[in-house]
Amino acid sequence: MKKFINDPADVVADALRGLAAAHPDLRVQHEDRVVLRRDAPVHGKVGLVSGGGSGHEPMHAGFVGLGMLDAACAGEVFTSPVPDQVVAATRGVDGGAGVLHIVKNYTGDVMNFEMAAELVAAESDTEVVAVVTDDDVAVQNSLYTAGRRGVGVTVLVEKLAGAAAEEGRPLSEVAEIARRVSGNGRSMGVALTSCTVPAAGRPTFDLPEDEMEVGIGIHGEPGRRRVPLAPAREIAEMLVEPVLADLDFTGGDGVIAFVNGMGGTPQLELYLMYAEVVAVLEKAGIGIARNLVGDYMTSLEMAGCSVTLLKADDELLRLWDAPVRTPALRWGT
Amino acid sequence: MADALDAAACTTWVREFARLVHEQRDALTQLDAAIGDADHGSNLDRGLTAAVSALDAASPASPAAVLAMVATTLIRTVGGASGPLYGTFFLRAAGALDGGDRAALAAALRAGLDGVASRGKAAPGDKTMLDALSPACDALDEALAQGRPLDEALRAAAEAAARGRDATVPMVARKGRASYLGERSAGHQDPGATSAALLVEAAATALAGRG
Repeated sequence: MKKFINDPADVVADALRGLAAAHPDLRVQHEDRVVLRRDAPVHGKVGLVSGGGSGHEPMHAGFVGLGMLDAACAGEVFTSPVPDQVVAATRGVDGGAGVLHIVKNYTGDVMNFEMAAELVAAESDTEVVAVVTDDDVAVQNSLYTAGRRGVGVTVLVEKLAGAAAEEGRPLSEVAEIARRVSGNGRSMGVALTSCTVPAAGRPTFDLPEDEMEVGIGIHGEPGRRRVPLAPAREIAEMLVEPVLADLDFTGGDGVIAFVNGMGGTPQLELYLMYAEVVAVLEKAGIGIARNLVGDYMTSLEMAGCSVTLLKADDELLRLWDAPVRTPALRWGT
Repeated sequence: MADALDAAACTTWVREFARLVHEQRDALTQLDAAIGDADHGSNLDRGLTAAVSALDAASPASPAAVLAMVATTLIRTVGGASGPLYGTFFLRAAGALDGGDRAALAAALRAGLDGVASRGKAAPGDKTMLDALSPACDALDEALAQGRPLDEALRAAAEAAARGRDATVPMVARKGRASYLGERSAGHQDPGATSAALLVEAAATALAGRG
């Protein structure tokens, strides 16, 4: 696998230099590997902090800005950030109204954010609330696993809770929105290829030309099962049906439908998949109120996609339409 | 008879652990690629290299201070699950270390083990680090209770850790990222148990000849 790299050990630091140069709206604390809104902390506003391993770009740093995150912590590739980073980000966004941590349910992320919250509590009176996303229906039995993984819904949580915070809502309400989004969203993903972690230098798993992994997370880890490659129509059914089986999406105000590219699938194919998702939802009698199609939560150069459905309501749709100005998501301003 | 554990001995132990992890770095990462996300070797190597540099720079005076410095360095540099887990191991071991005799060493290792279990909410049999650490602590306690010398007791612990590591192969993972594979995690040796066996092996090597 050929990659644009100077030294595998410097990939994250080098990329953050580029991010800083490209986006003057952001402030990058290179020592901490924390990306903040330039105007952080915003006085009187709840601060939103997320973070995770690198390799999922634009998540999370690409979602820092007005109407979304106040700060993002970049870990090593596919490795959660360390507590010091989260502490630095939390301090940097504390505008006096408390801080919300948005954490994907992966063992390392949860432990490092927990340790960071303990450190913040020991050193200051900043109120911190953590919301853990766990929307991946591929993980069925949470009794014998670390629980469902946090995947696509995380992007929606960051947008919607970010909009609520921008309105000046208090921490308890912003956290409630984040939990509601996480609780009413479900996802399922598929990989057509593996991906190569720069420091490892070779693909994380071997996937033959005629097979795909169904039920993947976002770290190039193998999925739930390996099946023969199928037409897009059938793959869309494989992704949407378990999502629909897990939560009743009928009635109400329809769904926000999110088809996310894993990094190595062209837009052409993502729109093709979105058309198939629309068809499956039509057949199921589920209306699409809003949509998002593109690479928002990737696994390096993995080919594949995930489908996330969020049960919408008036308030969530209003928050969805609210202005957002970040490197990766930008409308209404 | 020298104390089992003084600051120099602790530093030698950490240095030997770092050396073994560096040597096995790619193998650990390969094991992780099979059931995880292909970063265990590189992350732990990075953290232990930093820990050894920190010890070189500061030369902490007591064994507990050595272990605490390793803990904070790992927590600060590793990330992922292994940073908090190994960090907690050394932090709890440092906190429990009372004196420098054999019993103190065994108690410190036991406290580290308990810390890993509570931080990771895992138990033996879940296909994790605990599957190497738990039998190692049991073997160490048993050998010391029989009055065997520390050399032999640590060797027994290292062998128990290696057996525990090997026993993870058929297990189905219940914690960490490997758990998402369900039944497909069976047939692979757990990378965390593998590095944990190196930790015990390093203790047996580094503390040999200390009574």
